[in-house]
Amino acid sequence: MTALLDIRDLTLSFRGFEGENRVLHGISLNVARGEKVALVGESGSGKSVTARIILGLLQEQRSTRVSGAVEFDGRDLEAMPAKARHRLRGTDISMIFQDPTSSLNPVYPIDVQFHEVLKRRDPKITRAAARERASEALRDVSIEDAKRVLDSYSFQLSGGMNQRVMIAMALANEPKLLIADEPGTALDVTVQAQTLHLMRDLVERKHTSVLFISHNLGVVREFADRVYVIYKGNIVEEGPTHALFSDPGHAYTRALMAAVPKITGGGIPEIPDRSESFSEPIVVHPATEASS
Amino acid sequence: MSAVDQATPVLDVRNVSKTFISGEHRVKALESVSLKVMRGQCLAVVGESGSGKSTLANLLLGIHQPTTGDLYLDGNLLPGHRTLPLRRMIQLVQQNPLSSLNPRRTVGASLRLALDVHDIGDRQGRKERVGALLEEVGLPSDFAARYPAALSGGQRQRVAVARALACEPEIVVLDEPTSALDVLVQARVLRMLDELRRRRDLTYVFITHDLGVVRNIADRVAVFEKGKLVEESDTETIFINPENPYTRRLISAIPIVSDEEETLRRSLMEETNDS
Repeated sequence: MTALLDIRDLTLSFRGFEGENRVLHGISLNVARGEKVALVGESGSGKSVTARIILGLLQEQRSTRVSGAVEFDGRDLEAMPAKARHRLRGTDISMIFQDPTSSLNPVYPIDVQFHEVLKRRDPKITRAAARERASEALRDVSIEDAKRVLDSYSFQLSGGMNQRVMIAMALANEPKLLIADEPGTALDVTVQAQTLHLMRDLVERKHTSVLFISHNLGVVREFADRVYVIYKGNIVEEGPTHALFSDPGHAYTRALMAAVPKITGGGIPEIPDRSESFSEPIVVHPATEASS
Repeated sequence: MSAVDQATPVLDVRNVSKTFISGEHRVKALESVSLKVMRGQCLAVVGESGSGKSTLANLLLGIHQPTTGDLYLDGNLLPGHRTLPLRRMIQLVQQNPLSSLNPRRTVGASLRLALDVHDIGDRQGRKERVGALLEEVGLPSDFAARYPAALSGGQRQRVAVARALACEPEIVVLDEPTSALDVLVQARVLRMLDELRRRRDLTYVFITHDLGVVRNIADRVAVFEKGKLVEESDTETIFINPENPYTRRLISAIPIVSDEEETLRRSLMEETNDS
């Protein structure tokens, strides 16, 4: 089976006063249909720009230079006209951002924003029909009093509630691919854990592919089928989640794992700022039956 | 007891309540809370949003006054209006250094201001202190000329810690100091904080909801729920035998990376189901 998302040898440079600044050094990754894939790295590693390239948002800036292939659903996104690419956003590809409260518009109530989202797929949908669909979508994310939420503004809802609204909106148009950029990092740990469980159950039920971006390996362990670790614009390790966690092959992956505070204790480890070993070549764990 | 000995808690919160009144509304933010913190200890204050942990911090810092109850520092009653030397003793490091550092001031100027306000050292001495403070938090001393915008998140938080240290405090209140940082930077900043505490014999009140962090840095844990102190014990005990359901829920939410941790967490969760 072909992958839903297939990125090959992707590079990205920003042009500045002092010449080109290369941010991605030829990364390759893919997401199969119904698969949940995590892209993990520290800030500045290139994980969020990768998401923006998939959406086609970075290429619109004149100071960027992108090369390599990005194929989605069998089509080459880079060769696609801007209009067609625009049509994919919010329909077949949707995205959830880090801070739910700032992603929602404070000037409109939730139901108006839901209507906007649903119009991406079905431009003629009436407000009443959209409200009906929105209530269903909210019930999917365990929001019982959908009516109150739909009539509220984002600032009247809690952070956890806004995050669920964002998940419901992102999945309302039945996208094939959901890109989640550090969802819930701004929330309480308990709320974050809850929303992740909820999101996992929902995408599994709907058979949505997910590219999950995070800096915390601990967060992706229970969520992802497969993990890519990115360091300074290079993928340094990839493999099925279980294989990668039970036998991390790259020094950088081990540093990322050590950095997550352990509930078994042991104090805080000393982690070097940089190390020669972080630049060693990629470690690939063979795919298991389930993830191939 | 003789003078200030080891048995006198550096911070003693006695039966403190705080009620906020706004029109008809009365919100009991804290209800009869009593806590003791010994010198050199790190007390973690844990609870979800609205549990009263930030109100406690504001009371400690003298930003708010308790409705009833008293606070003692080194055995002496803390008055409602704090004099400058008293304010110097308890310092704060906030969650987001980008909003707690003045963007129009260089790092050096921010640190100098703290020294000027509390009249620490002479003119030449202050300049040297700024450099020494930066080095103490693991930054090169020439960072004094930079603006906060030219620093990374971790570096900014180190500057915020240096500014708190500039006042030579006894107690540092850390309000979610690393929750805005990614895990690698968090680990480095936490390690720096831990070393500082030991070197300077500082006392920390560490506000957080990340029990993974608590496990590795705190000596004692106080769990708050809806304005009440629901559980308080040493860190080991909390993780071996958490009594409160909310504490268990917090433990179950910690992201983990190893099977060993998974086993521990599962055993804790099974106990929850039993009781």
